[in-house]
Amino acid sequence: MGNVLVVVEQLNGKTGEITFEMLGKGRELASALGGELHALVIGGQADELGIADKVWVMGDGALAHYTSANHKAALVAAISAISPRVTLIGNTSIGMDLAAGASAATGIPLIAYCNALRVEGGQVVGTSQIYGGKVLAEVAPEDGACIVSVLAGAFPASAGRSDKTPVLETLAPPALDNRVRFVRLIEPEAADVDITKAAVVVSVGRGIQSADNIELADGLADALGGVVGASRPVTDAGWLPKSRQVGKSGLRVKPKLYLALGISGAPEHLEGMKDSGLIIAINQDASAPIFDVAHYGVVGDLFEIVPALTEKIKG
Amino acid sequence: MNIIVIVKHVPDLVEELEIAEDGKDLNRDFLKFVVNEFDDQALEQALLLKEKGGGTITAVALDAPEIDQTLFTCLAKGADKAVKIVGDLEGRVTSHAAAHMLADALKAMSHDLILTGVQSAEDLDGQVGPLLATYLGEPHVSVVTGVEARGQMVVVRQEYAGGVTGEFEVDLPAVLGIQAAPQPPRYAPISRVRATMKEKKLVEIQAAAADGAGLNVRQMVRPQVASHAEMIEGNTDTVVERIVGIMAERGLMNG
Ligand SMILES: Cc1cc2nc3c(=O)[nH]c(=O)nc-3n(C[C@H](O)[C@H](O)[C@H](O)COP(=O)(O)OP(=O)(O)OC[C@H]3O[C@@H](n4cnc5c(N)ncnc54)[C@H](O)[C@@H]3O)c2cc1C
Ligand SMILES: Nc1ncnc2c1ncn2[C@@H]1O[C@H](COP(=O)(O)O)[C@@H](O)[C@H]1O
Repeated sequence: MGNVLVVVEQLNGKTGEITFEMLGKGRELASALGGELHALVIGGQADELGIADKVWVMGDGALAHYTSANHKAALVAAISAISPRVTLIGNTSIGMDLAAGASAATGIPLIAYCNALRVEGGQVVGTSQIYGGKVLAEVAPEDGACIVSVLAGAFPASAGRSDKTPVLETLAPPALDNRVRFVRLIEPEAADVDITKAAVVVSVGRGIQSADNIELADGLADALGGVVGASRPVTDAGWLPKSRQVGKSGLRVKPKLYLALGISGAPEHLEGMKDSGLIIAINQDASAPIFDVAHYGVVGDLFEIVPALTEKIKG
Repeated sequence: MNIIVIVKHVPDLVEELEIAEDGKDLNRDFLKFVVNEFDDQALEQALLLKEKGGGTITAVALDAPEIDQTLFTCLAKGADKAVKIVGDLEGRVTSHAAAHMLADALKAMSHDLILTGVQSAEDLDGQVGPLLATYLGEPHVSVVTGVEARGQMVVVRQEYAGGVTGEFEVDLPAVLGIQAAPQPPRYAPISRVRATMKEKKLVEIQAAAADGAGLNVRQMVRPQVASHAEMIEGNTDTVVERIVGIMAERGLMNG
């Protein structure tokens, strides 16, 4: 059988965009494999999933709050019960808990960091984006089934929405694994500036080298009437507050102008800024993946260019 | 608390990556390797836990080019013991195989907590942390940005998009994939690493035979990008002039 199962991701009662991205792709794969598109909801709501032929609901109240151990047990039980040919899981924090764990528990191979999927001669072929986006690996399972962890933004979400009403079916929950217990969700602290609202974001990466150098970016942002954003290493180091972080575990921004200074362009960073109106990148490494999404690029030293640029803009 | 930290070398992504002639792996002959950045975070988290609550830290790695230096660096920073798993480890080791070998070695090492880096840039068959946890039958939490010891459990923070975090209690023993320690990783001066090399020895363990990932790599290629940036060339003045021109054209010069 060639059924495709999409693992629905819900946090705080909200279905993530990644779910619709996978449902759209899943629909296409299911047709190519001559099977059905199924969705699996663990401890949540089955709304908005009309594009699926069938929605399996494991609706036990104990599964309402996501925990890695319980949801992995649930997923493994569901895969054994449904035997999908392809299981799609988002490469999110939750997916990073579940996908490899499910692969180990079921013995089904896993294609990770996947950003392209097709069926060729009845076989599923996936593309893994590795080495920070510098290499693509085309892989296929040795036989039959596979689990795939799908990168956010790889497929259009619009293809995954439909007003139809799917068939609902309940699945018995597994024996609970309470070794991991939910305590609470913590919302981020209120920020001094909201980088998602700014028209101009001047973002700095590890190339900025130290907290003292942040003032270079401040100067440029001031001159442009914008705000300073950052990649993860900069906020992890405490050079800028977490509220300035752009990317997978930070914020998604879509300013008119995004300046990327000393940022390599790892997939986790691109996820948060690739839809910006105009992207200009300055990086010493000509092969940095940031140049694949930037509109304009400069191979050079930010410490030379940024001060000169700031001066010029100030006039 | 007895903590195991698992460390791995990854190709330095700032360097040029060349694909091997058979198109199925990187050309590893001239690669420059660095410690996976998240393993530094994992070691820092372990050191903080030890400083607060006592216990031991054991650094564990699969054999790889120049891995000894990294294991000695772990010792120099405060790990008590360093273990190198040796065997047939040429070329790319799949995550599934690495997890099997690690599970086999760690079964025999008493521990409360195993910390891995959250991910590395080369695991096309998934992250080792959750694979290892499943093979060992231990719970696992990924994308962890804080760990506190509380008796027979730890309280951990797991990070989601938008800066939202979840807090969980996790029974020990457990495996955690560390994204970031609460403070930046400490630095060990090379003089101290050299001194450690004279004082201490690495423990070697033979790797068990391990299965692959059940995947065939058909080919590795560089991305064919639909749109590459238009590159601005010239000296600083020329570059600056051009950038200002581009911004002015779009009315971006005054906020
Ligand atoms: C679960 C998870 C979530 C993540 N979430 C995020 C996220 O939200 N946001 C995020 O950004 N990352 C995130 N990351 C981390 C991501 O994988 C990368 O590690 C990170 O984006 C790299 O940041 P960087 O580009 O600043 O640093 P690097 O990759 O180290 O790049 C630094 C760049 O600076 C350049 N450079 C150095 N000196 C100069 C100079 N003088 N002039 C010009 N250029 C210079 C170098 O050539 C290099 O390209 C996440 C990772 C994981 C595992
Ligand atoms: N070959 C390996 N040797 C040692 N540790 C590894 C290896 N592969 C993965 N790990 C550990 O698992 C983490 C995640 O790496 P990966 O599974 O490659 O994403 C690393 O940060 C290490 O802690």
